[in-house]
This record gives sequence, C-alpha cells and structure tokens, in this order.
Amino acid sequence: MIGGLFIYNHKGEVLISRVYRDDIGRNAVDAFRVNVIHARQQVRSPVTNIARTSFFHVKRSNIWLAAVTKQNVNAAMVFEFLYKMCDVMTSYFGKISEENIKNNFVLIYELLDEILDFGYPQNSETGALKTFITQQGIKSQTKEEQSQITSQVTGQIGWRREGIKYRRNELFLDVLESVNLLMSPQGQVLSAHVSGRVVMKSYLSGMPECKFGMNDKIVIEKQGKGTADETTKRYRTTKDIILPFRVIPLVREVGRTKLEVKVVIKSNFKPSLLAQKIEVRIPTPLNTSGVQVICMKGKAKYKASENAIVWKIKRMAGMKESQISAEIELLPTNDKKKWARPPISMNFEVPFAPSGLKVRYLKVFEPKLNYSDHDVIKWVRYIGRSGIYETRC
Amino acid sequence: MNMASASMGINPSRGSVLRKQPLSSMFFTTQAIPSSHCYDQKGGEIFELKAELNSDKKEKKKEAVKKVIASMTVGKDVSALFPDVVNCMQTDNLELKKLVYLYLMNYAKSQPDMAIMAVNTFVKDCEDPNPLIRALAVRTMGCIRVDKITEYLCEPLRKCLKDEDPYVRKTAAVCVAKLHDINAQLVEDQGFLDTLKDLISDSNPMVVANAVAALSEIAESHPNSNLLDLNFQTINKLLTALNECTEWGQIFILDCLANYSPKDDREAQSICERVTPRLSHANSAVVLSAVKVLMKFMEMLSKDLDYYGTLLKKLAPPLVTLLSAEPELQYVALRNINLIVQKRPEILKHEMKVFFVKYNDPIYVKLEKLDIMIRLASQANITQVLAELKEYATEVDVDFVRKAVRAIGRCAIKVEQSAERCVSTLLDLIQTKVNYVVQEAIVVIKDIFRKYPNKYESVIATLCENLDSLDEPEARAAMIWIVGEYAERIDNADELLESFLEGFHDESTQVQLQLLTAIVKLFLKKPTETQELVQQVLSLATQDSDNPDLRDRGYIYWRLLSTDPVAAKEVVLAEKPLISEETDLIEPTLLDELICHIGTLASVYHKPPSAFVEGSRGVQHKRLPPRSGSNESTESPDVTISAGTQPTEQPPAVIPSQGDLLGDLLNLDLGPPVNVPPIPSSTVQMGAMDLLGGGLDSLLGGDLGGSPAVHDPLSGLLKSGKLQNPIGAGYGTPAVMPASLNATVGGGLGDLFDLAGGIGVSSGSYVAPKTVWLPAAKAKGLEISGTFSRRMGHIYMDLSLMNKAMQVMTDFAIQFNKNSFGMIPAAPLQINAPLAPNQTIEASLLLHTAGPVMKMDPLTNLQVAVKNNIDVFYFSCLYPINILFLDEGKLDRQIFLATWKDIPNENEVQFQIKDCHLNADAITDKLFNNNIFTVAKRNVEGQDMLYQSLKLSNGIWVLAELRIQPGNPNYTLSLKCRASGVTQHVFQAYEIILKN
Repeated sequence: MIGGLFIYNHKGEVLISRVYRDDIGRNAVDAFRVNVIHARQQVRSPVTNIARTSFFHVKRSNIWLAAVTKQNVNAAMVFEFLYKMCDVMTSYFGKISEENIKNNFVLIYELLDEILDFGYPQNSETGALKTFITQQGIKSQTKEEQSQITSQVTGQIGWRREGIKYRRNELFLDVLESVNLLMSPQGQVLSAHVSGRVVMKSYLSGMPECKFGMNDKIVIEKQGKGTADETTKRYRTTKDIILPFRVIPLVREVGRTKLEVKVVIKSNFKPSLLAQKIEVRIPTPLNTSGVQVICMKGKAKYKASENAIVWKIKRMAGMKESQISAEIELLPTNDKKKWARPPISMNFEVPFAPSGLKVRYLKVFEPKLNYSDHDVIKWVRYIGRSGIYETRC
Repeated sequence: MNMASASMGINPSRGSVLRKQPLSSMFFTTQAIPSSHCYDQKGGEIFELKAELNSDKKEKKKEAVKKVIASMTVGKDVSALFPDVVNCMQTDNLELKKLVYLYLMNYAKSQPDMAIMAVNTFVKDCEDPNPLIRALAVRTMGCIRVDKITEYLCEPLRKCLKDEDPYVRKTAAVCVAKLHDINAQLVEDQGFLDTLKDLISDSNPMVVANAVAALSEIAESHPNSNLLDLNFQTINKLLTALNECTEWGQIFILDCLANYSPKDDREAQSICERVTPRLSHANSAVVLSAVKVLMKFMEMLSKDLDYYGTLLKKLAPPLVTLLSAEPELQYVALRNINLIVQKRPEILKHEMKVFFVKYNDPIYVKLEKLDIMIRLASQANITQVLAELKEYATEVDVDFVRKAVRAIGRCAIKVEQSAERCVSTLLDLIQTKVNYVVQEAIVVIKDIFRKYPNKYESVIATLCENLDSLDEPEARAAMIWIVGEYAERIDNADELLESFLEGFHDESTQVQLQLLTAIVKLFLKKPTETQELVQQVLSLATQDSDNPDLRDRGYIYWRLLSTDPVAAKEVVLAEKPLISEETDLIEPTLLDELICHIGTLASVYHKPPSAFVEGSRGVQHKRLPPRSGSNESTESPDVTISAGTQPTEQPPAVIPSQGDLLGDLLNLDLGPPVNVPPIPSSTVQMGAMDLLGGGLDSLLGGDLGGSPAVHDPLSGLLKSGKLQNPIGAGYGTPAVMPASLNATVGGGLGDLFDLAGGIGVSSGSYVAPKTVWLPAAKAKGLEISGTFSRRMGHIYMDLSLMNKAMQVMTDFAIQFNKNSFGMIPAAPLQINAPLAPNQTIEASLLLHTAGPVMKMDPLTNLQVAVKNNIDVFYFSCLYPINILFLDEGKLDRQIFLATWKDIPNENEVQFQIKDCHLNADAITDKLFNNNIFTVAKRNVEGQDMLYQSLKLSNGIWVLAELRIQPGNPNYTLSLKCRASGVTQHVFQAYEIILKN
C-alpha cells in the first residue's frame, strides 16, 4: 500500500510530508527531489523506481504530488487516489498552489489522516468529509448528528443525507459532451470519439429515485456517482458521430521566408442552431517575423507568445462556411530541423449532442413523501463542446 | 527574519487574522536563511516554543503546536519538545488533539519511554462517547511503533473491533494490520486475526473492505498460512459487499478475489458474471482490477462456451475507455494493455485507431501507444498504421521519432504484404536527411534484409550515399553488415570498407567486430582484389587490439582462411536463419504471472514483484489457473496444504540465492553462458577445434591429465570454458571425479547380479507421481518435474524437462550437492537432442550412493543444480527414503531378536498409521515389494504382529513391529534404529507404501 505522501513546490521544497509505513525513510523525500524534480533530463514516466522504492507523481500547476511505496501496490489505484486528493483539496480551499497549501497545512494533514489510513484509501467523497472535517472542531454535534456522519462516511449512500426538503421540487438534466477529432490534411477522419456525461442536479425532497430514458444512440459504458445532489453518468462512443465543424487547411511554402495559409471552416448541423465561442488556432513556425491576416468573419490575431494565429468567431449558424487567409513572413534560419507543423485545433460549443443522444423521458419517484412525478419541474439541456479537435496540416 | 521573532508578531487571540497570514509560511521561508544564522537562534527557538506550549491560553497552545508541526514537516528536529507537546494531548479541542497525535506518530519511536505517557489518553479516548474520537484514537495508536506500548493497546483495540459504530470498526480493522506490522506474534496470540476474519461477514460494506485489505496484506507476509481462507461462502459475501462499498473498497475486494481459485469452471463463470458490471465503473483502478479477475478466471472457461465469447467482447470497451483518463492513468492502462494484447490479441484487434498518438499526449503515453500499435498491426490495418507512423517520424521528440522509424521496420517484418511499402517509406525518410532518422532507418533496413534476403537490394545504393553521416555505432555496424553481406553487388565495397578501416581503433567494439567480419566476407567473395585489405584488418584485430573478443575472432578467421578456405567459405558465408516476427514478446511464463498482477506496479514495470519488492512480500509467484477438465483441483490451496504432510509431495523449495551454494554446488560451468548456436551441428564444432590445431591440446593438456571423462559432455563444456578462462581450482572435486564414478558403477552392477541370483523382482515398489521441482518462472522457461524410483536394485531420478521458453535449449547437465546419503548421478544426464520450445523430454538418471556425505535438514533433502545453454538453476527436492532400502535387508530371526534387544529402548518410536484397510498378508506383500522384509509374524490375542527389517544404503538397519487389530483401520508401528533420525522418514515411507 501507499507508504507515504509528499507535496513539493516547484523548487523541490517539501510542503507536506506524511509517512504511513515504516519502510519509507526520511531519505525518500530527498530521493524524489534529486532524481525527479531536479533531474537533468525531464522524467519520462509518471512512475519512477529509485533504489527499490517506487514514486508515483502528478503535477498540478507547479506543485508536485508524490506517493511513495516499497510494495507491489495497485498503480492505477495510487493515481486515482492522487487525483482524488487534488479534488478534495480544491473543493476545500480552491486552486492547488504553494500559498494555499502552506496556508492550509493543518487541514491537509487532517484530511490525509482521514482519507488514507496506513496507506489504504478511505472514503474520500468531499460531501461526506465536509460534514466532519471543518477546522472548527466538532464539539457541538449531538449524538444523532455523530451517528449520521459515521453512517454516511461508511455507508452505501455516501453522497446524500437524509431529511432533505425543498419548497419547489426541480430537476435539471444536462447532457454534456466533448467531441474529439483527429483528421488528416486530406479530410480523412483518423479517429473520433465523444465522451459524454449526463449530469443531474436535483432540488428534490427526500430520497427520490430518478429514471431517465434515451434513444439507442449510445450504450452507457461508464457510470459513477457524484456528490450531494449531483449525479453523473459517463459514456463514450465512437460510432456515428456528428462532427460539428470541418477544417480545411491549405499551407503553401513560398520560398524560404514565406508561408501562405488558408483555412476554411464549415459548420455541419441544422441551420437553425447556433454554435458559440468558436476559436481556431493555427500554429505558426518559431521563426515567424510577421503575419498578415484577412478573415471574412470574426476576429483574428497573431499571438507571437503562443506561436499561433488565433481566430475567434462569436456565433455561427449551421451549414455555413467561413475562411481565413494569412501570409506568414519567416526569418531565414540555418536550423536544419524541420518545423513539426502542429495540427490546427479548434474550440466551440454547440447546443446539441454530437453523439446523437436524446433524452426521451425523465421520471421521479419518491415513495415516502407526497409529491408525484408531475409536480416536479424538469429541465433538459444539451451542450456539445470540443475536446481535442485537431486537423493536421 | 527568523522564526522566533516572527512568531512574536502574532496575536494569538485573533484566529481569523492568523488564517490569513499563517505561521507556516514563515516557517517555510526560514529554509532560505543561511544555516549559520539559523543555528545561532535555534536554542532560542525551541525555548520560545516550549514556553508557548506550556501557556495557559488554549489558542496560544494550539498555534505553538502548529509551529512545531510546520518545523517537523520541513525536516527540523523538534523531538526535544516531546513532553511539552504530549502535555497538550488531554484536551477537548479535536483540532489540537489531532495535531498532537500527528507529532506523536513522528517522534514516539525516538522517545519510547516518554511515549508511554500517551497511553492513558489513548485508552480513555477509545471509550469516548463520540465515535469519531474513538476512531481517531484507535487509528493513531496503531501508528505508534513502540513495542512497550503495543501491549497496552490490545484491550482498547479488541473493544473497538466490536464497536457498535461501523466507522470505529473499519478503523480498527486497519489497526490490526498496523499492529501486525509492528509485532506479528502479538497479533496472532491475541486472536486478532480471527476477529478480523469475522469482520468479513460484517453488515457494513466498508468494514468488510478494510478487513479484506488488512487480511490480504497480512496473508502476503505468510505465504503458506491459510489466513485468507477463501471459500464459496466468503466469496459470496465479498461479491455482495462489492456492489455496495466505496470505489477503494471495490479495489481491495477485487484484488483479493483475483487470488481465489474457483473449484470449477461453473464457479469461475458465476464469479465473472458478478464482476463484469465493475467494468463500467468510473474509477480506472476498479476497472483494471475487474479486468484482472476476468482475465484470470477466463483461463478456466472452455473456449467453446458462448459465455467465453461474450466475455471477450465485453473486455474491449472498458479498456478503450481507460484511454480517455488522465495521462498518468493512461500510462498505467497502456502498460497493462500491452500485456493483455500479448495474452489475448483477439480482444483489441479491431481497436487500432484508439491507439493513434495525439499531438498533446505526454511522451510516455506516445511511446507506449506506439508499442501497442505495432502489436496490433495486421494485414487488415497496415495501410493506416503506416500512414500514421510516417506522420510520427516527422515529429520533434527524438526518442519518439526513432521508435516510429523502428516501428516501420517491425511492420515490414511482421506483415509480409506490407514490406515493400515499408521499405519505400523508409527510403522517403532517409531522403529527409535528418541525421537520427537516417541512422535509425538503416538499422531497421538491415533487419528487413535479414527477413527477406535478396529482395530489396536495389535500395543499397541509396543507403551508401548516407555513409558519411552515420555517427552512431549501431547504425555504422548495420551499414557495414549490409556492405559485407552484399559485397558482390556493390562495386566499390572495398573502398567503402576501407574508408572505415582508417579509424579502426576509434570505433566501438560492435563496429570493429562487424568490420572484421564484413571484410572477411568480402575477401571470400572477391579474393583477388582484397587480399591486402583482409590482411590489414586481421593484423589490426589480432596484433593491435587488446579486446579479447576481437582478437579471438581475428585469430579464428585467420586460421580458417589459411588452413582451409573452402571450409571458411562454408562457415562465414553460411546461410543465416531468418529472424522471427516478434522479437520483444514477454516470455509466456512471465506473461502469465504479470496477468495475475494487472493494475499493479508489476504490470507497469513488466517485472515480477520479486524483482523490485524487498523481503517476503511478493516472493510468492502467482499463476494462472489451469483450464478446467485438465486437472481440476490441483491448484486449490487446501490440497497443497494437506499434501504438505506427505513428504514426497511437498512442493519443492527453489533455492533463491546462488551465493552460498556455489562452493558446494560444484564446477558446473558457472562462467558466462557458452554461446552455442541454436541448433549446433557437431561437425562445425569439431572443425573449430581442429582449427586451433595443437594449441588447444597443449592449453588443456595439463589440466585434463589423462582423465577418462573427456567425452563426458559436462567436462567438454568445462574444457571449452577453460579456453578463455583457465581456472584450475575446483575442477577435480570428488563429485565429478571419474575414478569414483567408475568404481560405483561397478558396485551397482554387482548389486544387479546379486539380485538376479537372490530374491525375486522388486518392480512393484511404489513410485510417487512426478511433481514440479523447478517452475519455469524460476528457470528462464525450463520446467523440471520428477520423482525417484528404485528399479532392479538401482535408484533412478526420473525427470521431465519441459521447455516453456521461446528458444531452443541445449547442453543440459546436472549435479547434486552433498547430501545425507551420498547420492550422486552415476552417469551424466543424457539428453542428446536439443529441446525445442514447448517440447518435453523424459530422462532417467541412474544414481548411486557413494558420493560425498553431508547431513541435510530435512534428512532427505537434495539440492540439485541443472545447467543448460541459458544459465545454471538450482532447486531442492525431497526423496522418499524407501528408494534407499536395500534388497539385502532381511534379517535372520535370531539376529532380529538380538538386535531388537540390543538397541536401547529410548530409541524406540511409536507411530499410528491411520485409515488403512489391508490385511496382514497384503501388507507383507506390499512392503516386500519395497524392500521391507517381514521376518516373523505372530498372532497375539487376535492381533497380528509383524516383525520387519530393512537396511538403508548406508548400512543402517531399521527394525519394525507392526500391530494390526482386526476391524481397526489404525495400525501401530514401532520402529527401532540406532540412528533415530531416520525413523520419522521410515514411518512416512510406510504410510506412503501402504496407502498407495
């Protein structure tokens, strides 16, 4: 099991150090700093073995979280735990930064004591944790409250308290999808998938059971439970995806010091729908000296710091087409290395589910309280966002 | 600013201000202060803290403890404050209490005496009405690793394990594991293990999960204890809890389930059915652990079953979904998928596209994806794969590009239809003139030539153009190999090779060796123009080099060329075996073991746990269950346990380390493995011997000195080993001394004649079935099972050697360590043909008992060393003592009586042979067949008394009295022997003989 957990800042100074097992010595803290954080060559694996001790690390902004062990632990579990640990910290004190960690170090130790016992991950649902790890002490609790806490922490339904009441029973259902694409310059789909979530936010009294049905477009492969009044179902599909946009790139090298780029985007959905927050990012070579851009719609700018032309369009209806052309001046270099031509990437938001999923019905049952399915106000919304949506050029 | 003055500036009564401008940050900044400065203040700092800790004000106390913890975190020694901090422990303030506990866990070990002060508070807290406080106390006290304290903690722990609140129970369950880590004996004595087992039936799923986790870990350190007594009922309980507990609990339970061996395929299927829903869990670790259970139990299902096909189909989607997780998890998943596609390629064969590399993938994900792409490449998808690989070859990361280029070559070798396209892709890449791309391409083209000889030579011209740009040894060596191999088609081959020769001594060994061979090849193909060149390289290699490999190869070529150029041509230009399709597959036995470790570090490293885990944990090797129908219950743990009482079936102990044994375990060739080509042809070897003419003989003459064992393959090996590394010591030790060998063979023959003239046939002696002595996982793919038998007055070791590796095995030899009865092989192990992969050879090794004697524990323990062309392996086994019972073991009645009286009574030992249903005559016959002779038979008060004698090979007599009561299946056996140590073994021999 996990033998210890360390948090470092970007310089490699220890911010948090919690050792659970006797086989992890103080020198483990230094071993990770020297061999991973300060390593001359960037480490090329998230798992590092140093002197028969294994280190798992994840990075959040410039903070390193490392779990350490000497046993043959479940590696997937350790990473899942590290992510969970980040989630918990974020929900307690916001962004994971050096300052926040230092300001909350007592809290972090308290959390680590609770969610990792002898290296075994324990209940780490934020909702449950917040009922008794408050940094305020727990003197005021009554006996009933105490047993409610312990049964929630250990129980089957860890995410919902009993005795919740709302005046207006409302139910919100969001179908959130992120569509991912990798397309060849010739317009051939190399890989495409949608990973989606159905998120339910309920303001419903009691312990209701909610059911929803959908068309047979997808099979739910993944499921998980959310916290408090939020429930999440996850799914993923690769079949029959509606690709909301197509990007047609045209890059021409004019001599050694000039590039001509033309990019056409086409929207591919019902004309009555509107896509929003469209952004096309066209990478430029490192030795770019100047760029002239002309676009029909939206605004385009060359951002030297990001080595890209960023083209933004606020709204675009379905079945439309728009074009940008740019002339890129290059500095002559004697660098032999070719420019790797990163893909053109795109961001957008569309009001439908690219997987084709549609919610057919949504029903609520609460056997104990006297409100029925008809009394509940229900809302369903579809949002399709771009994940990694790339076209090679 | 230093710490002391920093803390002065804080007003302890204003907590909200404190939170905004925390103390901790000031502590952290002190790290930057030069140490000398800090040192000056240190005394003051501790003093200051001491005062604050003893303050009356609660807030001030708490802030002081916080400061102490902050110092502790950055590695400062604040142990001097121990008593002051512990004084703060008695408090209602939970936050303060937790801080003090944190301090205690860190320093209790260094201050054991003072840690006792804390005991009272723990005991009191374990009785607190608030379950959260009870749990906190039990959780913390397990982390205080002080022996003296642990005893005081047993009672509170016992109470907490039975607490009414599940939160306390789940914490107490983990505490048992903690205590076991400190003092295993105490935990056993106090019966905590049983309580822990009871918790598996707890009503709360989290308690169950933690109990399972704790038990699994404890069981790991006791490999043979039947601690996790998994049976149908417990499995059922676990499966029920599985659906209800947290994501982490599900992982514990699934990992535990994976260790269970279902009794038949139906049970395996029903567990699979109940585990399958876990595949859709959002937590990747739950998914991978479920995949592990399924992959393991699938082994037991028949492939004809509909369910088997359904299950295969269900495995693909969750594995694919893992690739949309965070990059670190993707990495873990990809390493596992790499194993899964090797074990069961059919699962993901249609999922190639998901392994296409994304531009923003971290490098470790990219490299792993590439590996899997190659494994999944087939004729159906090769076009897409090639297009992708070509794309990758233009990326920025050098390692990735190289691997992509290499992958193109591997595709060519794997999918024959694509070879041509691959070669043209590689040529395109060479045209880019990017240095490392060109070099990598040349290395793989060399392999393509080896796979498809005489097919793509047209590209050689292009390759030659790039000769100058090659600066890496591997690429240079590859290019030189190509020039040498196709010298006859390259007009200026001599010029090209000559250009390399200029800087011969600056080249790496790899290039030098290749250059030497290439020029010799060239000479054999075009002798007229290249005589000068070949002489030049031979003299460079033999006279100007101090590298022994290079020098030896140079000499061999030289001798070969000067004595018999025709033979030289046959040897040097011989047709080479084609290279195989997939070179980097994991060995099947290791692969099977790794499948049992899916999701864990072992699956990430692709190494068995024993390779990176210290101590007893992980040494236990896991194996996939056998397909049902073959041998149903051999794998179930109960059977192995009960079999443990029968000495002959005891699982063999593989001797783990070579160190101590090397001295005794003789002169098997322990040097570097001898490089023998996979299928050695004896003529070639003989030729090589002749080459060196008298030199060899003179080299070896002194050592061998007329030894008659020259033809023995073992000493033959030693001989060739000596060629480079003449170590004289240890060669003539008694174990291989030819003289003693001859003598005993003679003795054995004598025995045979005695037999023929004397008593009848002893063919009916009991022979135990073969058991596995050396599992393949411990011997690089060689599995040895065997048994001992006595036939016609001779002892035999009957062996089955099975090759589970992927390469041919040759050059077997065997040797024994000194043992209690001086058993040694009477002749070398005769295995004439090479052992091909998946082939089994049966061999019977004649043994005699005139070898060196050393008392072993247990007495019948035999340590064996087996050598083949790969390595030397060691194992130990137990032989049944009845193979040592001599045919001349029958005593005269009078002598029997006299001897019986003569042996002191304290040497008499009584045993019970239970559950045996034979009559006196049947027993007599059975025993007689095993050289236990009945001297007399009496009937006393309705009981049959049999008086028996036997003689061991070392001359020890054992006398026996067997009492048989009619209707009672339990016999009483009294044994008398001057050497009392053997009686236990003789009794076991009786049991085995009578019960089989």
